[in-house]
Parts: sequence; structure tokens; C-alpha cells
Amino acid sequence: MDNAFIQKKLEEKFGDLVVNFEEPYGMLTFETEKNNNIKMLQFLYDDPELRFRFLTDLTVVHYPENVGRELAVVYHLHNLVDNVRLRFKVFTDVNQPDVFTASALYACANWLEREAYDFFGVNFVGHPNLIRIMNVEEMNYFPLRKEFPLEDQTRIDKDDAMFGRG
Amino acid sequence: MSRPVRFNTHSKQADINDNIALITAPEGSGGDGYYATNLESVIALGRKYSIWPLPFATSCCGIEFMATMAANYDLARFGAERLAFTPRQCDLLMVMGTISKKMGPVLKQVYLQMSEPRWVLSVGACACSGGIFDTYSVLQGIDQIIPVDVYVPGCPPRPEAIIDGFMRIQDLVGKESLRRRNSPEYKELLQSYGIE
Repeated sequence: MDNAFIQKKLEEKFGDLVVNFEEPYGMLTFETEKNNNIKMLQFLYDDPELRFRFLTDLTVVHYPENVGRELAVVYHLHNLVDNVRLRFKVFTDVNQPDVFTASALYACANWLEREAYDFFGVNFVGHPNLIRIMNVEEMNYFPLRKEFPLEDQTRIDKDDAMFGRG
Repeated sequence: MSRPVRFNTHSKQADINDNIALITAPEGSGGDGYYATNLESVIALGRKYSIWPLPFATSCCGIEFMATMAANYDLARFGAERLAFTPRQCDLLMVMGTISKKMGPVLKQVYLQMSEPRWVLSVGACACSGGIFDTYSVLQGIDQIIPVDVYVPGCPPRPEAIIDGFMRIQDLVGKESLRRRNSPEYKELLQSYGIE
């Protein structure tokens, strides 16, 4: 089972809904509309030939220049029997970052989505317990978005000249 | 093949005849069957050489602490024989490792559960000032939440450095007045941290 076979099966079943097939470093990557993500995951899970039954990772990338498509939710899937990996992305707007939750299908998606919410603010619709997982509960911003700085802002003793500023 | 040894090739043999440190009694007058001295120095002597530490080891400095407690750099020589992992039974809180902002309230709670007299030793760059992790999630020094007595810098500090910090704590314990914990300066210090 190679990438061409997977691509053919996806295009047969979904046609226009799957777009942007790429193969960076040999891993097939495609994109779909954010309303279709569960349909994709379910099809890739149930199909007896594809069998992508392991969710390796669920993460988010923030592209501030793509207005209207800033947050990319990336799913990494793995077929354990044939050892094939797959990646697919759904893009969502940063002002309305609602994506359907995959936690009904994959139990591990529960914590992965909590982490994605904690750091990027993606709201997973239907998640049983969408609260911050790694940061302090009182934090009111999403730290890994590009507009927020890495450094702790409460320090007053940093010498700007040593850090390349001022 | 390994490289030939360049340093420490003329190691000194340990000389036990001349090399044992004995604790001297505090100043006082004594005679047959009695010794009169002041209570403060006796208590300080007792406390100084039997400090029970609570290792609050979170990350890499904890590994250096494990090395310090092990046979080669033995911390038990200094009286820290019994490591209690409960704050109720120990004197010295050794914070070793990165403390994140989420861990801050936990550390404060552990400090509050200790009974007086208590000392805090902050081991490593992360506990002293946040270390290399100047980020939104790491507490930039534990002295933002609890009062610290001795800071041991290093990333990680060598076991010798941790022992040196411990010896500085011993100096503080040995010179501490019995009424220090009730003094207004100490109360003010605790209040500045929000501890009653």
C-alpha cells in the first residue's frame, strides 16, 4: 500500500473534498474542510484496506499571514499493520476556531485536544472536558500563538543589551 | 582506546591520623560532671549537625543531588542522614530543579507545612532565577513565592557545590538566635510573601 493507492481511494470516496495532496519527505499530506474532519478520520479508520487506526499526534500550527485560515489543525495517523503514515490538515479562522472533536473516535485525542486548546485556543466542539492541561488555569491568553512572546514579562532585571535588543 | 588521563594523576592518599574534624564544645565553664554554657549555643550545635533535609527535586539538579547523597560525595557525613520526604518532619527544604508556575502553589504549600525553624536551600539556576528557561511557564526564581536562605548557582551545580551550600546553611543554623522566628523582622519577611 503506497501513497498513490491511498490518494486514489480518498479521491474515489470524497472527490473534491480532499485537496492539496503533497508528499513532504515521503509522508502523504492532504487538506480538507474543517467540517469534514470526522468523516475523514472515520473513513480512514473503518476502511479494511486503509486501516489508519492509530492517532499519533494532533497539533496546531499558527500562520498569521493566511487571513481566514490562520490555525491549521494537523492530524498524524499511522497504520500499524502496514506501517504507513499519513497526515491531514484542516484550516480554521482564528476568530472562529471551532473544530469537531476526534475524542469519540480516538481516546487519546482527549488530552491532545486539550493541549491544542491550551496553547492555541482551538475550540473542539463536543469535547467532554475542554480546559487547560499544562498551563496555569488562570492564564487568559494562548501562549503559542505567534503574537505572544516566549519570555516571562514580569522580569525587571534583564539587561537588554545582552539579549540583542536596545 | 580511551584517552590517557591528564589530570589528577598524583592523587593524595587520605591521611586519617591527622584529618578528622571534631566538633568542639561551645564556650563555657565546666568541671567534674558539669559544663555550663548558654542554651543558644548548645541548641545551635545540635541543630547544626543534624539537619534533616526535604529534597524537593524536580529536574536535573535532582540527579546531582542523588549523586551528592550517594557514597562518593556523601551528604550524610554532615548530619543529613535522614531524608524525610514529608515537610512535617524536616528542617531544610532543598529545592532542586525547574519550578513551573503550575508547581508554584504546590511548593508554597509544602513550605507552609514545615514547622519552624525551617530553612530553604535553592539549588541550581532554575530554582534561583528561572535559569535558561525564561518563558511564560517557568517561575523565575522560587524567591518569588518563598523566602530563601542560601542560593547555590550552577547548571547543574556539582555535588561539591551542593555540599558547600549545605555548609553555608549549617553556618546560618549555628549562628541563629533562638528568638529569631518570633522577631518582627522575620514576621515582616513572611508577610511580604503572604504567609501568616
